This record gives sequence, C-alpha cells and structure tokens, in this order.
Amino acid sequence: MNWRILSTHLILTIGAIFLTLPVWVAFASSTHTAETILREGLQLFPGGHFFENYNTVLFVEGGVMKKVTALQMTGNSLLLGLGFSIGKVVISMLAAYAIVYFRFRLAVPLFWVIFMTLLLPLEVRIIPSYKVVADLGLLDTQAGLIIPLIASATGTFFFRQFFRSVPDEILEAARLDNANAWRFFIDILVPLSKTMIAAILIIMFVVGWNQYLWPLIMTTKEENYTLVIGIKQIYQILNEGGELPQYQKAFALTILATLPPVLVVLVFQKWFVKGLVESEK
Amino acid sequence: MAGVELTTVRKTYPNGAEAIFGVDMKINDGELVVFVGPSGCGKSTLLRMVAGLESITSGTIEIDGKVVNDVSPSERDVAMVFQNYALYPHMSVRGNMSYGLKNRNIPKAEIDQIVEKTAKTLRIYDYLDRQPNQLSGGQRQRVAMGRAIVRNPKVFLFDEPLSNLDAKLRVQMRIEIKRLQRSMNVTSIYVTHDQTEAMTLADRLAVINEGRVEQMGAPMELYSNPASLFVASFIGAPQINLIPVRFEAGKLGNGSLSLSGFSDLPTDTDLVLGVRPDALELGKSDQLKMNVELIEQHGGENLLYGALAGVVDKDGNSTEICLKSGQETLPAINEVLELGFDVSQAFVFRKDTGERLQ
Repeated sequence: MNWRILSTHLILTIGAIFLTLPVWVAFASSTHTAETILREGLQLFPGGHFFENYNTVLFVEGGVMKKVTALQMTGNSLLLGLGFSIGKVVISMLAAYAIVYFRFRLAVPLFWVIFMTLLLPLEVRIIPSYKVVADLGLLDTQAGLIIPLIASATGTFFFRQFFRSVPDEILEAARLDNANAWRFFIDILVPLSKTMIAAILIIMFVVGWNQYLWPLIMTTKEENYTLVIGIKQIYQILNEGGELPQYQKAFALTILATLPPVLVVLVFQKWFVKGLVESEK
Repeated sequence: MAGVELTTVRKTYPNGAEAIFGVDMKINDGELVVFVGPSGCGKSTLLRMVAGLESITSGTIEIDGKVVNDVSPSERDVAMVFQNYALYPHMSVRGNMSYGLKNRNIPKAEIDQIVEKTAKTLRIYDYLDRQPNQLSGGQRQRVAMGRAIVRNPKVFLFDEPLSNLDAKLRVQMRIEIKRLQRSMNVTSIYVTHDQTEAMTLADRLAVINEGRVEQMGAPMELYSNPASLFVASFIGAPQINLIPVRFEAGKLGNGSLSLSGFSDLPTDTDLVLGVRPDALELGKSDQLKMNVELIEQHGGENLLYGALAGVVDKDGNSTEICLKSGQETLPAINEVLELGFDVSQAFVFRKDTGERLQ
C-alpha cells in the first residue's frame, strides 16, 4: 500500500519537474548577465541581475529601432488577446443562435460550411486574408490584427451544442412571456451560457495571446509588436547585430509573456472547469 | 375570461404525418376541460395548437370569439404550465414570475404587487428570492403556476403539470389546482394521461385517441355511458372487465358462458362485453364464475383478480377479470366465486370498430 503511494508520487514529481524545468531554467537564466550565459550556458540557479534585466526589458525601449518597451508590447498583446477572445465569443454566439433558433433553409448547410473551416487553419488562408486586410487599408493596425481572426468555427460549434441542449420549453415559456428574439437571447440564453462563455473566453484569450504568424506578417511598426513578436525580434538582433546577444532579455521577455495567460487561467480556473463539465440546467 | 372554440382543427406535419384529424370542441367560459388519452394520441399537440406553439394545418381556433390561427403565442393571452416547469434557471422565483409582465411594460411597482400577492396565495412568498434549483419539485410547480397566474390570462393551459411529482404531492397539487381554478374562474385546458387526475379535475373530459376526440362529456357520464370500447377501457380504475363474446341464439356466449338479457345484436362479428369491477356483485347470480388468483387489499375495499372460468380465447388464454368488493370479502386463493351483474350496467361493443352496441 505504502509503496504504491510512494511510486505514484514519484511519477507525479518526475512529471512535474519535467514540465516545469524549462520554465524554471528560463526564469533562472533571465536573472543573469549575457556574459554569464554565454560563458557558462543556461543557468539552473537565479543570479543577481533580476531587477536590472527586467527593468531594462520593461521600461527601456528596445527592438531594432529602439522604439518599443515590453510594457507597450504587453499592452498590444492584451488588446489582441481580449479583442480576439471577446470578438470570437460574440460572433460565434450570434452565429450559433441563428443556426439553432431560426428556421431558415440554409441553416444546416451553413453550419457545415462553418464547421468545415475548422479544417482550414489560418496558415492555409493567410495570403487571401492578408490581401483582404491590405485592401481594407488595415495593415499595421490593431483592427487589422484582430478582426480577420474573430470568426470561430470552434466557438460556433460549442455554442451550437450548448444551445441545442437548452430545453425547448424554456423557449416556449419565453415566447408566451412576450419575449422577442432579442430579449430571449439577452435575458435567457446569455445568462444561461455564462460558464460556457467564461470557458471559451479563457481558451481563446490564451490562443490569441500566443498568436505568432499573423501578427508577424501584419505588424511592421515596432509600436504594434506583441510580446511574442518582441521575443522573436530580440533573437533576430542576436543574429544580425554586432552586439553581444542579449539572451537574458529574451528569457525575461519570455517569462513576462507567459504570466498573463497563467494568471487568467489561475483566476478563472473554477469557472473554466465548471463551463467544461457541467451545464447549469 | 373567455371561451375557446375549435372548429375542424387538423394538424399535418410537413413530413406528411397526421397528428390531429379534425377536432370540434367548444369550451365554455370558466370551464376546466381535461384532454386525456394515451401517450402519442395528440392531446399535447392540440393543447400546443391552442397556445400557438404549434401551427394549425386547417380549421380554426377561436379564443374569446376571435380567430387566433395567425396570432402569435404572446398575443393570444394564454398562459401555460409545462410538464418540466420550464422555469428560467438563472432567475429567482420573483424574476421568473415577473418576466412576462416586464416584457409587457407594466410598471415595476405594479409587478411587485401582483407577484407578491400571487406568491402569497400559492404559499411561495418566502421563496421569492431563491433560485429554482433551490426549490423542491412541488415548490417549482407552484412557481410555474404563479408565472401563469400573474399574467391574468384568458386561458390557462396545463401540459401534464403533475407528472414529475411523487404520488402524494400529486394528489395534493391536484386539489390545489382545482381550488385555484374554481376561485379564479379562468377557462382552463388540462392535458394528462392519468385517468384519475382527469376524472377528479375535469368539469368536462375529452378522451382523445389517435388524433380524434372519442367522446367528450362530464366525467361520470363518460364513466357510466362510454361511447366506445376505447373510452370504456381508458376511463375507470381498476380497468373495466372486457370479455370476448359472440351473440348466438339470443344469448351472449363464449365457451361455457351464456348470458341472457341481451337482444338485437349482430351475430356475424366478435363482440366485447364490458362490465365495471364495481358493477359485479358477489353471489347475486351465477352469470360469471371467477377463479380467484390474487387479492389486493386497499384498506377500505378489496380488489379480487382471477380468471373467468370456462372462457378461453383462440390461443387458449383465459380472460382475467376483476371484482371490487368490501374489505370483509376475503376468499381463499383458487376459490371459485359466482358473480352477477345488472344487464343495464353492462356494455356491449363491436370488437373490430369499438363501436358501442348496447
């Protein structure tokens, strides 16, 4: 009995170390100077340059043009993450509402068309998407960054399944209660979907935050960089510039970039799990 | 307050399935009419058509003298109590009850007043700020009724409202609904598959079978004067005894069974003799002989079940009959009892069409 508890804990511990070690190495390395990292490789123990490094990254303009701070990039990333997730929830809820509750001839085919787009990730349609945004004159703007991404087959699918599980009698009761289509959506469906909305918001926020390819090709001004792009830019300087590679800054930026999604998940964990496992009916 | 009138109402689904085959019915002001029938007979469909939740293929439905075929559910001024209550799970009891009024732009002070008054009559005043999932089944039921009452509708529609409650609560709520309906004097239609509920609640009953109204009338009229085999077997608990017979040489007979007192019946078809368990009398005569197999003691009365002696059908199965008698009647198992009945209290039906002949 005892050895079983011991062995399961051992396996768990090894797994936990395996998963967290890279994060720890990144954090430890971000508190050393570039010279130490270059001379001794990655660091397992924190060094004495925590404040110095993070201060530089956060408040001193960096990048090729020395125009952007991590703080500003965090702001951009937040905007992208929030716009991306909120946009997706709004659009996919409305789409699912139309598909589930309105009897129109094309509801089913349209749903399948939306569903099929799951098979076509951004990478496949990136050139036409770029062209559309360019023609709209939205290149290098926050709107251009967010709007092409907010249509969501996954979200529509989840909300469709959820709406279908709402008993018909609720709709009928609302109809007898004089609720029109809009009132029914706002007063009944949205509150009922609360946990579902929370779960999708969290997932989509993390996905939006981690977007790489799209911001990379969409943004050319450094003021519009997101954190993820910022990290990439630092490495680029390493390769092209004559200066000493600033590994410690790249690590610091990486740590900073992982914090907000971690916080969001930690804070909303309860809602998130609730939304995934239980339906409040 | 208003009457409801249905004129040759039909319902055909887009896939061609027919649910309602021409129903004519007049429900008077303040009357409580119960639609009763087996599941799938179309009674709920008919109710939903009155509510406007189901379209009408042909015919007309009038509420308060106005044809409402194309009037939306909310404008028909009807309120409905659903089988699973259909309360809004995220709203408090107060929210549930006031939602319909709010959508009608009634001032908030007035809504509060109506809701609180109704909550007091329904004894849910103390629960006004609770969520539906914090309430028991009976309380939810009351909230669902409250939601219907506050609107002060022309017609109340009940769609099997008690079927999710346990037996004891069901009886209690049944009485309460009846009392409430009496005091409010609102025209009501009540759908149920439970014949006891139907018998006890109804001013008038409509027995529905396969999309048609088989018979409509006061509960006791249907009980003592059923128009068809279906009505006879559906109304009454325990069920009416049905004995397969043929009319030969002026007597109803089957095997060793031979009953006189019947006349003018067709001889060329199978017939069914129907006798209520409470119309049978022990030792009155020896018209029927029952081999006692089972005794159910219900306290005030005993139900005796057994096979009818001398009568077998084509497959050799015996015919089970039931006798209702006083609590003192306790024959031994396998004892043969001699039973008699008054011919005027027996019914004869055609087996093929179910039509009543006598």
